[in-house]
Amino acid sequence: MHPILGQLRRLTLYLLAWVPLGGILLYLLASPGGLSWPKALVLVVPLCLIYAFVCLSAWYSCRFTPLETSGFGRLALTHLIEACIVSFLWLLIAKGLALALSILDGFRGLDQEMVRSYPLLLGSGVLLYLLAVALHYVLLAVEASREAEKREMEARVLARDSELKALKAQINPHFLFNSLNSISALTSSDAARAREMCILLADFLRATLGLGEKTAIPLRDELSLVRSFLSVEKVRFGPRFNLEEDIEPEALDYLVPPLLLQPLVENAVAHGISNLSEGGWIRLNIGCQNGAGNLSILMENNFDPAMTRRRGSGMGLRNVRQRLDMRYGNRASFEVRTDGDRFRVALNLPAERAA
Amino acid sequence: MTVDSTKTIRAVIVEDEELARQILREMLKTHPRIEIVGECTNGFEAVKLVPELKPDLLFLDVQMPKLDGFEVLELVGHDMAIIFVTAYDEHALRAFEVHAVDYLLKPFAAERLEAALDRARQRLGVKTVADPSELASAARQPGHYAERIVVKDGTRVQIIPVSKLDYAEAQDDYIALASQGKKYLKQQTISSLEACLDPKNFLRIHRSYVVNLERVSKVEPYGKDTHVAILSDGARLPVSRAGYGRLRALLDRQI
Repeated sequence: MHPILGQLRRLTLYLLAWVPLGGILLYLLASPGGLSWPKALVLVVPLCLIYAFVCLSAWYSCRFTPLETSGFGRLALTHLIEACIVSFLWLLIAKGLALALSILDGFRGLDQEMVRSYPLLLGSGVLLYLLAVALHYVLLAVEASREAEKREMEARVLARDSELKALKAQINPHFLFNSLNSISALTSSDAARAREMCILLADFLRATLGLGEKTAIPLRDELSLVRSFLSVEKVRFGPRFNLEEDIEPEALDYLVPPLLLQPLVENAVAHGISNLSEGGWIRLNIGCQNGAGNLSILMENNFDPAMTRRRGSGMGLRNVRQRLDMRYGNRASFEVRTDGDRFRVALNLPAERAA
Repeated sequence: MTVDSTKTIRAVIVEDEELARQILREMLKTHPRIEIVGECTNGFEAVKLVPELKPDLLFLDVQMPKLDGFEVLELVGHDMAIIFVTAYDEHALRAFEVHAVDYLLKPFAAERLEAALDRARQRLGVKTVADPSELASAARQPGHYAERIVVKDGTRVQIIPVSKLDYAEAQDDYIALASQGKKYLKQQTISSLEACLDPKNFLRIHRSYVVNLERVSKVEPYGKDTHVAILSDGARLPVSRAGYGRLRALLDRQI
């Protein structure tokens, strides 16, 4: 959409700006030795009106030769050539108009009188067009900055949104209520285990509650969160699953966004292990290539391929991916793959250490 | 209407978590007129066991391995009172759609279970004739299309992902589901099946046929007013005039 034509308010302002320009042109045409005032006025008004709209076409050439990326030579050449052509066409219109008017009684001989003013018209046509080009560049810049502002706002809203989702996701209601139900069941049959589970659950909740405002935590803390989550789940699912860890000790000090691994593990439990009545496993492989600047995390679990994915699956994964994107851009990678009965998530992020 | 209060109610528990089964067992133990005749740890077991045992009452967990509670219900029918037991109440509405007696949220108090049992006693004896298609549509999440179709095949349960479904054909009270060269019969109406399927991928091309659009390789004229759809595996399905109109409309929109 044209930035001026598209808005009535802008168009009105633009046309008003042409009034003084028209005034100057009128003065030049009627200056000593030129046309008489009434004749000049009759010519200038329609010419200015026509040219005002003709100059709006500068928008297209401005868009195709952006100020930032086009060289000076190309900019100057494009717009000068354009200005000359447009101005020449305008001159032809002026000539036609004068010719048409000269049929009328009061304007007889106008076309002859006009000849002297042609260079003046041609010159001002070029200048006016170049002025319009400048105006359109300004408008384009304004629009670009507005667009950037809007994008930034959107990104901020998105970021906050996914943070909120992350916070909500950290305490899955199913997890919480099922755990409470397990405790309720254990109170009569095995009071000691009931107490143990209360403590495990409390540990997990306490650990997640403090995470809201942090943007990064050491991997060590994230892992302990994962372990306390799994120890609660282990009470629920009994001997049905197993966690195998293979973690490079140096990696433990690296910083990761909070709740990076926990949603992945929760996903593995919900869509993998909970569907496997015979039991399942989760394998966690974390390495930092001995400090090569990258942290690579591989999480694998088995699942039942006969089970098609249900609603809600992938929510946690999407959330993690979004947060990685937001924080690291293309410096981080996130890859999900299924291979037979194996589900594999591979993460790669820039290694950051606590200062 | 109440049933003879001296009669023992035979109950089956369908629940995958041992501890959750344990607490139900424990709470029901104090009821002399409730007998637990079976326990299932997943949906498949339930589909096998429930028709054999024919219990009066079913305690049914919603989220379970293999099949969820609603899918189990779809396959075992509805000749008993159902009490859903779940951790989170996002399924409550669907539970009422399938005329569940009650809906227990874990963890629950003994008194809450008592109230549910009272309601079950009242409901027993009143035979509710379940409409299988109603059950089928309740088994899918509201606002979401089915991702899989469960079919009982003797004592076995077949799970057909909708992407593997070629077409469905109405046959009296049943529908035949064609998938990967095999056909499975299911008691459901073709309209209720159609309602479960994503209209972007499935189209009712005939009074008796719903087809997976990805399988259609071409449509040829056949007779005066009708067409025939030829699927990639060579199957030929009649296309009615109305069905052809819908097909055209859909293709036009895609272009």
